[in-house]
Amino acid sequence: MRTTARTSRRAMTFAVVATLATGLLAGCATDDDSGSDGGSSGGAGNKGGTTVTIGTFGVFGYKQAGLYDEYMKLHPGVTIKENVTTRTDVYWPKTLTRLQAGSGTDDIQAIEVGNITEAVQTQADKFVDLGKEVDKSQWLDWKNAQATTKDGKLIGLGTDVGPMAICYRKDLFEKAGLETDRTKLAAQWKGNWNKYVDLGKQYMKKAPNGTKYVDSASSVYNAALGGEKERYYDKDGSVIWDKSTGVKKSWNAAMEVATSNMSAKLKQFDKPWDQGFANGTFATVACPAWMLGYIQEKSGDAGKGKWDVAAAPTAANWGGSFIGVPTASKHQKEAIALAKWLTAPAQQAKVFAKQASFPSTPSAYADLKPQAATTTFFSDAPLTQIFSDSAKTIPVQVFGIKDQPIGTAITDTGILQVEQKGKSPAQGWDAATKEVKDVLDQ
Amino acid sequence: MTSSDEALAQSATSADTAPGSQEPGAARGAQGRGTAPTGAGTWRSRLYRWDMKASPYAFISPFFIIFGAFSLVPLLYTAWYSLHHVQLSNLDGQTWAGLDNYTNLFQSDFFWNALKNTFTIGVISTVPQLIAAIWLAHMLNYRLRGSTVWRVVMLTPYATSVAAATLVFVLLFSPDTGMINWALDLIGIDPVNWRESDWGSQAAVSSIVIWRWTGYNALIYLAAMQAIPADLYESAALDGANRWQQFRHVTIPMLRPTILFTVVVSTIGATQLFGEPLLFGGVSGTKGGSEHQYQTLGLYMYDQGWIVGNLGKASAIAWSMFLILLIVAAINLLITRRLRKTQ
Repeated sequence: MRTTARTSRRAMTFAVVATLATGLLAGCATDDDSGSDGGSSGGAGNKGGTTVTIGTFGVFGYKQAGLYDEYMKLHPGVTIKENVTTRTDVYWPKTLTRLQAGSGTDDIQAIEVGNITEAVQTQADKFVDLGKEVDKSQWLDWKNAQATTKDGKLIGLGTDVGPMAICYRKDLFEKAGLETDRTKLAAQWKGNWNKYVDLGKQYMKKAPNGTKYVDSASSVYNAALGGEKERYYDKDGSVIWDKSTGVKKSWNAAMEVATSNMSAKLKQFDKPWDQGFANGTFATVACPAWMLGYIQEKSGDAGKGKWDVAAAPTAANWGGSFIGVPTASKHQKEAIALAKWLTAPAQQAKVFAKQASFPSTPSAYADLKPQAATTTFFSDAPLTQIFSDSAKTIPVQVFGIKDQPIGTAITDTGILQVEQKGKSPAQGWDAATKEVKDVLDQ
Repeated sequence: MTSSDEALAQSATSADTAPGSQEPGAARGAQGRGTAPTGAGTWRSRLYRWDMKASPYAFISPFFIIFGAFSLVPLLYTAWYSLHHVQLSNLDGQTWAGLDNYTNLFQSDFFWNALKNTFTIGVISTVPQLIAAIWLAHMLNYRLRGSTVWRVVMLTPYATSVAAATLVFVLLFSPDTGMINWALDLIGIDPVNWRESDWGSQAAVSSIVIWRWTGYNALIYLAAMQAIPADLYESAALDGANRWQQFRHVTIPMLRPTILFTVVVSTIGATQLFGEPLLFGGVSGTKGGSEHQYQTLGLYMYDQGWIVGNLGKASAIAWSMFLILLIVAAINLLITRRLRKTQ
């Protein structure tokens, strides 16, 4: 009797421990590459053919829009496998080391706009020149320019772009006694981000309880800087961030926000920011096209019809990506064909319909159709019109190798210290300067 | 005492006596095998002798080969990188830097700040954690209903992934909507900006560490406590010692080697603290807050190496961390020796 009791107890303990252990392993698995076997569906029936792998970060929408399945149907014998790394800060270093090792890369690699200059300047010989393969005039000029080397080699095909607009809560604006019509509103702040900030001061005078005008000072900074030609580097590739007029203008606008109580002081893409959408704690957010889906998802049904979209003060770009084919790819021919097909106007339009990622190919703009749900969510705003107007007039921006870390240093150290810790703008600037020096290893 | 209590106690005692009994046992075994083929001078015996000498090395070689490939080589390569200017985007284009990276590092406020944070977070997480663990173990050492359940429950936080745990803590510590500020508000305390305030953010990060590791340490203490002979307590009780006195004068001295072990392990863990502050920081977690208020050495290394791309500097940080750990180990060794002498 006693022995059986003991064994059953042991079995129990073992079962519990085993369950915990599996939980632990499962936990680890989700930490690393969630959904790494993304596009392997539809692989059945294609055995023996070529498997083309595509490495992406975040949501590219290809799988969601059914493009992989469609391509595999059109090309029997080709299987597409997508390897998704959720975080860009994990994806890019990994890709860099693999490119330089010349092995382990996917047949197609995605490149974020913040990394494209680094890729162009340091990894150009690791990518196939796609300029010869495609009709370059399909893309927006400034988009192509970002992925072209000095000697004219095109290392990546443009996927989406991030033309900017302002998403605002119509209901909150009305309560605060502000203009709610999207065209009139856009006219009020047209041409200058300071006018947008000034409107915030007006909003705060009669702000509905518990709401602020804007989500964060950093978002205003990023949005304003997205419309400037000159950012952190000059054309020769030297760092000029502390002399750049573009940076100064954007910084000043952000400082106005940070020091005037109109900001909800959230950090974008943090959990509390998500909750801010759900609880409606801020009235406006500078929204690149790709953010529409995010806003819709995080606000939920409660936000339906309350949000509206107006043109931003200046045409600006925020985000967007490229896909390139590494020379180390084992199936270069198939990879080039797939990359061409995925970035062709027709396919970009399909991704927009599903994911609201805005095409970088203007010929797609005529027949863009956002999802019906998105349109109703944003009060039937003419999304296509607003974003394509912006996309066409965005200036060619000069990027540098360390654009991304410099930007993070300014927003997450400089601006955040002023916004969250009540430091003076001068102190914030000094802190950012110190941080940028550390970034540049000076 | 339940059966599993016995099992734990047994395993603990056998573990205790193991170091002493192993040596003679091993020697006996070797002798036995060595004396077997007496009198044979043939090639077979030579082969046998060779087998005797080489086989053990063959059996332990997998570990050392893997250790060499995945620890030693990277370690040396990192040392090489730390003496060069290297960018992540241009691994082949390295130029000799000598000790530049190190001198830059020792002049950098960010490095000293990270070192200081690593130390303070280490202290405010390790000390309460170990004290709580001893207290928990002491409680569990008494007769309890369903003691196995309690023990498994204690181990649950340890089995939870860092990511999952940290995300929950981020929500709890959220300045506007978090439960902790809400609870503070109920008792009339002003909300704390857990992400951006200096001590607040460090306390928040420490709380995650404490939550995850207390149960684990408590189980180690519990195993050691059950190995303490009951007659010690009995005689202490006869001498009129109450429970607290028994704890102080019997339990704690008997636990000394175990405590030292957990202190060493926790110190190493604290020096390498990485996942919790990284995920706690959210989007740009490698910065450890706008003023780097909870940026640990591990985070600073990761930020320099993988986010910013200054691989040479990151390697120098890695080696500095390694040296710091060596110093910590040396201090521990000294203390251990001291304690042995006093015993």
